[in-house]
Amino acid sequence: MREVVVLSGKGGTGKTSIVGSFAALAQSKVLADCDVDAADLHLLLNPASKEENEFWSGQVALIDEEKCTKCGICQDVCRFHAIRDFKVDPVSCEGCGFCYNVCPDDAVMMKDCLSGHWFISETRYGPLVHARLGIAEENSGKLVALVRQNARHIAEQRGLTYIITDGPPGIGCPVISSLSGSNLALLVTEPTLSGIHDLERVLGVCHHFGVPALVCVNKYDINEDNTRQIERYCAEQGIEVVSKIPLDNVVTEALVRGMPVVEYSQNGVSREIERLWETISKRLGS
Amino acid sequence: MILTVASGKGGTGKTLVATSLALSLKDKSTIQLIDCDVEEPNAHVFLKPVFTERESVCVPVPSVDEEMLVFPELCHGCGACSYLCPEDAITEVGKEVGVVETGHADGIQFAHGKLNVGEAMAPPVIRRVKEYINHEGTVIIDVSPGTSCPVVESIRGSDYCILVTEPTPFGLNDLILAVEVLRKLDIPCGVVLNRTGVGDNKVEKYCQKEEIPILLTIPLDTRIAGYYSRGISLVEGIPQWRGRFLDLYNKVKNMAGSRVGQ
Repeated sequence: MREVVVLSGKGGTGKTSIVGSFAALAQSKVLADCDVDAADLHLLLNPASKEENEFWSGQVALIDEEKCTKCGICQDVCRFHAIRDFKVDPVSCEGCGFCYNVCPDDAVMMKDCLSGHWFISETRYGPLVHARLGIAEENSGKLVALVRQNARHIAEQRGLTYIITDGPPGIGCPVISSLSGSNLALLVTEPTLSGIHDLERVLGVCHHFGVPALVCVNKYDINEDNTRQIERYCAEQGIEVVSKIPLDNVVTEALVRGMPVVEYSQNGVSREIERLWETISKRLGS
Repeated sequence: MILTVASGKGGTGKTLVATSLALSLKDKSTIQLIDCDVEEPNAHVFLKPVFTERESVCVPVPSVDEEMLVFPELCHGCGACSYLCPEDAITEVGKEVGVVETGHADGIQFAHGKLNVGEAMAPPVIRRVKEYINHEGTVIIDVSPGTSCPVVESIRGSDYCILVTEPTPFGLNDLILAVEVLRKLDIPCGVVLNRTGVGDNKVEKYCQKEEIPILLTIPLDTRIAGYYSRGISLVEGIPQWRGRFLDLYNKVKNMAGSRVGQ
């Protein structure tokens, strides 16, 4: 069982379109959508027969007005400024329980939070594990860990070779949770100064957690000078640029039809993504 | 007025809108741009600010006298353990999780936060960079993609939120999530639709049904993409856009203003 996670740093570089195509190309795999606060992979894979599970994580404080003597200790100790006028703002509350532990009148209760849902679905490309973080909820990293854990479990149970993970943008908590312990990271970037800046940071995260990385430059022909700059930078870092995908509106057309682009079109973009998956699967081994 | 630019989906053009708006307004009033996308800040790529100050952002993490393992990466810095320890065996030490840099860019006050590579928690850096908000003028806040804690931390306290999206199923799905966040926070919002010309019309239908105004549309145009790729903002590349961003600002000002009763 080998896992590849697709990351980018910058959002909107094409992670999900590429993972959707990998879903159509790869044999013997489970798919995991780890962008739990804005999951989109299901829109390309049309999943059915969902197993829906609740994600309970963390707690929030609640003040019992009848017991509260308005002494103000809870407001003084809370470092998240979550208590104002002796009421807890559940969005600001980190659930640390400091207020609960110091209240002299036992007026603070800690309530468990329903922070989201996660699903095991079947698609015509194979099983998909995905999730939906509750609106404005915390603990996205834990939900990502749960999605990956279930994807691994399915791969073991069904004897599948690959786990293909669609990661979130950024470099913070859910990215670290998507990356750690993975066999390979594919970093999808674009030849813009923003894309290059963000690639450098996400590559730093891969180094930090010891996960080998490969780079794919999407829409490489938007600015070929910048593409060459990315190639030079990667060469200096000892990172291989394994694919350059041209800009083509067929990617958007396929998306509008809810299809992986490799199934929608046989043009240059599709052939390049096919070659990319071939490279990735060779690197992953089996 | 505090004006936030957010999106749900990444790469829809938040930074393009935030920087173009700041550049269009800078001769008219006091403008501050705060980049709260501390994981991948990019506004400085377009505004090229001169930084005058740099401040380290530390989270207090426990240090225990005895031989006890502490995992500082997992610590949120609530302070409860040191306060509650019956033996007073725990002290707090600052651990750097990021930096805040401030300066100015051609008349625009500028501040951004940068999460250190390898650190997980963005909200402490976001909270710190927001302490630099100058309430005297117009503040434009650039936000990370998504709908979870970093986004909530950035948006909270804004008078209005501009949601930038694209006319695709991904753009629509993530717009709906972002609108839910804003409704939960009770902040009014409008939409900028970027890269129109490909895709479908479902974002427009959704906005109509939900009575969310479409404030501006930006067509898919390789010229715009070319300027963006070189770190040149839309209004500097194609100055005719300045007027459209001023219109956008006036619309937003009216909507936010009628709400806060200014």
